[in-house]
Amino acid sequence: MSAPVATPHREDQAVAGIGFDVEKVRADFPVLHERVHGRQLVYLDNAATSQKPNAVIDAIVHYYRHDNANIHRGVHLLSQRATEDYERARSLVQSFIHAREAREIIFVRGATEGINLVVQTYGRQHIGAGDEVLITAMEHHSNIVPWQILCEEKGAKLRIAPINEQGELRIDELEKLIGPRTKIVSISHVSNALGTINPVKQIVRMAHAHNARVLVDGAQAAPHMAVDVQDLDCDFYAFSGHKMYGPTGIGVLYGKAALLEEMPPYQGGGDMISSVTFEKTIYNKIPHKFEAGTPDIAGVIGLGAAITYMNGLGIEAIGAHEHDLLTYATEKIGAIPGLQLIGTAKEKAGVLSFVMEGIHPHDIGTILDQEGIAVRTGHHCAQPIMELFGIPATARASFAAYNTTEEIDALASGIERVKEILG
Amino acid sequence: MADLRDIYQEVILEHAKSPRNYRAIETQSKAEGYNPLCGDRCTVYVAMDGDKIQDVTFQGSGCAISRASASMMTQSMKGKTASEAEELFQSFHRMVTGQENNGEHKDMGRLEAFAGVSEFPARVKCATLAWHTLEAALHGDQKPVTTE
Repeated sequence: MSAPVATPHREDQAVAGIGFDVEKVRADFPVLHERVHGRQLVYLDNAATSQKPNAVIDAIVHYYRHDNANIHRGVHLLSQRATEDYERARSLVQSFIHAREAREIIFVRGATEGINLVVQTYGRQHIGAGDEVLITAMEHHSNIVPWQILCEEKGAKLRIAPINEQGELRIDELEKLIGPRTKIVSISHVSNALGTINPVKQIVRMAHAHNARVLVDGAQAAPHMAVDVQDLDCDFYAFSGHKMYGPTGIGVLYGKAALLEEMPPYQGGGDMISSVTFEKTIYNKIPHKFEAGTPDIAGVIGLGAAITYMNGLGIEAIGAHEHDLLTYATEKIGAIPGLQLIGTAKEKAGVLSFVMEGIHPHDIGTILDQEGIAVRTGHHCAQPIMELFGIPATARASFAAYNTTEEIDALASGIERVKEILG
Repeated sequence: MADLRDIYQEVILEHAKSPRNYRAIETQSKAEGYNPLCGDRCTVYVAMDGDKIQDVTFQGSGCAISRASASMMTQSMKGKTASEAEELFQSFHRMVTGQENNGEHKDMGRLEAFAGVSEFPARVKCATLAWHTLEAALHGDQKPVTTE
């Protein structure tokens, strides 16, 4: 534990991310001007979901007001406009994650559905009795439970790569767990509960050396860092729109075209077929084979607007700003006596999980809420991590492009208030 | 506007820090409770003497509200019949969910400290976890209780 010395507010830290005008960014997000319990909202629950800029809200409203029609089927003008906007968003996603082709981008409800899609198609096709799926000890429930269901059904084995006390993957142990029976390695790019950034590229190389496929849960990475699926060479990459300034209910599964083409469909219905008779159905080409039924068109258009918005700020600039916030917060919050940070990996994204001596995270959350500060408290859908650290839950502050050092100061004062009331 | 002192009253904080009847007892009547939202867990033990509750104890981990509620519940239960215990739980539940008429509720003694919980809907499950668990123990339920 660091010495109990209050960190002075330094000017050079206050201007985190030079050239990044955080006040201008804040002006783009109407909800940041809400008052809660009579106080200015301090929104630090971005790993759960981020707020939405006007550009996204307006794009969704514009679609419903001016262009609403179903896609891929109408000859009329509105249907053409909606189809163009929908497919333009697919291209935006393609560039955003540097996929080779737009048809490698499948729209799903979120990272969870993306993972389930791979489990139920590629997984069911390729994993049999005695085979192994390797995940890590820091996975979100969404990257544990779908594999458990499959492994139980197939008589396959779920193996878990361990992490160290800092919350870093033990890469040497992980490598030992990849063997001839390993069919899939499924790992988070960034841990939602700990903030750890995993060395995905290295893990992909290890897995490919054993002909195992790699699925990356990028829900916590895509909002914060440049993602290049070709450079990572991962086979699948899943993420959610709502954590990266887009709407809820929309997400992306990237898959290498050659794999997607070989995979059976996930759901049957309209749009995923090229012809149907009662004797035989011929499936549509990718990506449409995996997009049965009318999709969340407004959601896709909103996600496209979110990517355009992020491109405008610059993903590197967003990441650098958040990293400055994390450094400032780690120093300031980490120095509070009786407070322990959970997850202190060298490579971290903007997540600060902590526990306080003798005070339950749920009480921390209630008191901070009364101060206008929104943090997440609980197990963060990562109960195995909590068990590993021997704690029932943590309080978690997580940062986005619009957060400021003043908000971290407010968090620090809020924590003092917690100690005042419950200490 | 809800005030923090409405929920974190002195008596609640005191019980959270030094919970009463925090121990296990040898009994067939026990149940486990779990609040998956925040990870709170508790085990409630009941010893019956004829149709009356002779002793109620608990163990577990949780927030200040759930610990204090469990502690004060154990104190309020001794000597009650199962149906009186059930009745008290119903009154307590109505109080913490703000379901009384005009804020009136029947005299609940020290348990009235929890009336403020109704201003904090996210915390109702914390306040009722031990009570749900006690109910399960009295009914002899084998499956762990969850608040979800």
